Amino acid sequence: MNVHEYQGKEILRRFGVATPRGVPCFSVADADAAARELGGKVWVVKAQIHAGGRGKGGGVKVAKSLEEVHQYASKILGMTLVTHQTGPEGRVVHRLLVEEGADIRKELYVGMVVDRGTQRVTLIASSEGGMEIEEVAAHTPEKIHRAAIDPGVGLIDSQAEEVARKIGVPAASVPEARRFMQGLYRAFYECDASLAEINPLILTGNGKVLALDAKLNFDDNALFRHPDIVAMRDLDEEDPAEVEASKFDLSYISLSGNIGCLVNGAGLAMATMDVIKLFGAEPANFLDVGGGASTQKVTEAFKLMLKNPRVKGILVNIFGGIMRCDTIAEGVIAAAREVKLGVPLVVRMKGTNEELGRKMLKDSGLPIISADNMADAAQKIVAAVTVK
Amino acid sequence: MSILIDKNTRVMTQGITGKTGAFHTRLCRDYANGKSCFVAGVNPTKAGENFEGIPIFGSVQEAKQQTGATVSVIYVPPPYAAGAIDEAVDAGLDLVICITEGVPVRDMIATRYRMRGKKTLLVGPNCPGVITPDEIKIGIMPGHIHKKGRIGVVSRSGTLTYEAVGQLMEQRLGQSTCVGIGGDPVNGLKHIDVMRMFNDDPDTDAVIMVGEIGGEDEESCARWIKWNMKKPVVGFIAGVTAPPGKRMGHAGAIISGGKGTAAEKLAVMEECGIKVTRNPADMGRLLKSVL
Repeated sequence: MNVHEYQGKEILRRFGVATPRGVPCFSVADADAAARELGGKVWVVKAQIHAGGRGKGGGVKVAKSLEEVHQYASKILGMTLVTHQTGPEGRVVHRLLVEEGADIRKELYVGMVVDRGTQRVTLIASSEGGMEIEEVAAHTPEKIHRAAIDPGVGLIDSQAEEVARKIGVPAASVPEARRFMQGLYRAFYECDASLAEINPLILTGNGKVLALDAKLNFDDNALFRHPDIVAMRDLDEEDPAEVEASKFDLSYISLSGNIGCLVNGAGLAMATMDVIKLFGAEPANFLDVGGGASTQKVTEAFKLMLKNPRVKGILVNIFGGIMRCDTIAEGVIAAAREVKLGVPLVVRMKGTNEELGRKMLKDSGLPIISADNMADAAQKIVAAVTVK
Repeated sequence: MSILIDKNTRVMTQGITGKTGAFHTRLCRDYANGKSCFVAGVNPTKAGENFEGIPIFGSVQEAKQQTGATVSVIYVPPPYAAGAIDEAVDAGLDLVICITEGVPVRDMIATRYRMRGKKTLLVGPNCPGVITPDEIKIGIMPGHIHKKGRIGVVSRSGTLTYEAVGQLMEQRLGQSTCVGIGGDPVNGLKHIDVMRMFNDDPDTDAVIMVGEIGGEDEESCARWIKWNMKKPVVGFIAGVTAPPGKRMGHAGAIISGGKGTAAEKLAVMEECGIKVTRNPADMGRLLKSVL
């Protein structure tokens, strides 16, 4: 799960990680009030969407008067912000963060991820703040410093201080940078984060260390112990189809092609998408119905896929395993009837009672095409979609 | 022979009384030598009771002492799964197979940290389990699709493992052991660990390695294979079409920071002399071609 920058900063402050003072705003009036409340002479008006690259897209503006705050807030709220992470369709801005301006002397990068190789949380830091870490890794990998954090003791002083020095924190600010990183680790650990990025982390004129931006992602499997974080979920930032799918315990991701696919199992679902592409078409979605492909789940999955106007055909690929193919066929037929399926449907089933299942599909009177294997299924659905 | 488990393995089920645990323990008991293999269940609140004749003990330690079981399979719900692994490790079991899906990563980091220097091997979590066909099945895979033979299968995904087995059967090729290592980012045995075991198993002639996007486990296994593997290996990686930054069902199946793409993995595998296919329907035929 992702949260907005202002929510991420709220969480970080609880763990002693310093950030500029700021106020989340939902209207221009909110922004005016926030700027007055914060005081000072410089403010930053920041669009809050779950995507990076907001500055380049025009979603972050420095205001030097209350009038400018008003002006920028009016402009940014409601705008469709397009960044390299939003895709060409962009995101509508519904929330702002108004912050006090900071006296930036130096911009650095600090992040944390779970490293699968060492099975530990790894601190990643760089002197190149404000740049994408992937870019830094590609062009100047020597500027990236890492430290694997021992789960037994956490981020120890010497580790954090060494990293701070390596990324160019001046000696006087090293202890504060160390406390910053240790706070970030505590937040990461205690909140079950899966990713934390402070980009940039800044050093101010008077030697303070602040998180100027904050990106936090959380482990979905651990949300049960963090109701406060769940409450921060912003459905405006999520794909409505994915939100709808999660209600029925379906794992769904929208893609840009025209063949809907319904599969049991994540690996098989990915493989099904791949085989569609191999035969010259593109999948419209990833959809894992899980172990039990019940009639209700298949029906909801069909409805979901058919809401996408691009879908011109559907491929169902179920490896029966413990579930029998006649049960699966029953589910598919009932679902196809209920949604009055109007696009070609190719079904590939494997497992016990395969023949019976196929016969049921054939006898149903519905225009369902049976396939022998994954490749056959992909070829048949690609052909059916191309003819139409 | 086989790897990890055979007909002489004695197994306890942690979470035997839950819906999933009960359902699959029944199927495992009814498979091949299951009746002699599945000897105990563990549930701290139901010690002294039994599950359809299988005695239930209050702790892993007790189940081990009373029945001689050295392997456990875990079906307990996600919030308690890592704790169940810890208990099995502390009791000194040889092998723990954790089927549970949705275990928090932080819990697994702590559990793996505690496992350092211990002899217990872990398969999973979020995996279908392990099967040595016609001898023993521990997990949720459909037993009937398998047959005893000489091909090893190792995979991160459940149904895609079954798919590979199904294709082997179409080529009339049985399996020595099939290991589903699971789709989570922090887990127990990895491709490379299982590959080493297949390499040393005199009854495995060749291996199908099924991977997916995310991480670098397939790459490190491929590099090991290049210099050490004495047997042919074929491979498939799911997720060529997966967009970056999106978690494709499995917590571990995500392309992040430009790392872990299918194309990258396939390229490294090919470089290391592994025959790969980009067609998931072609795994069985490809394996047959290298024998």
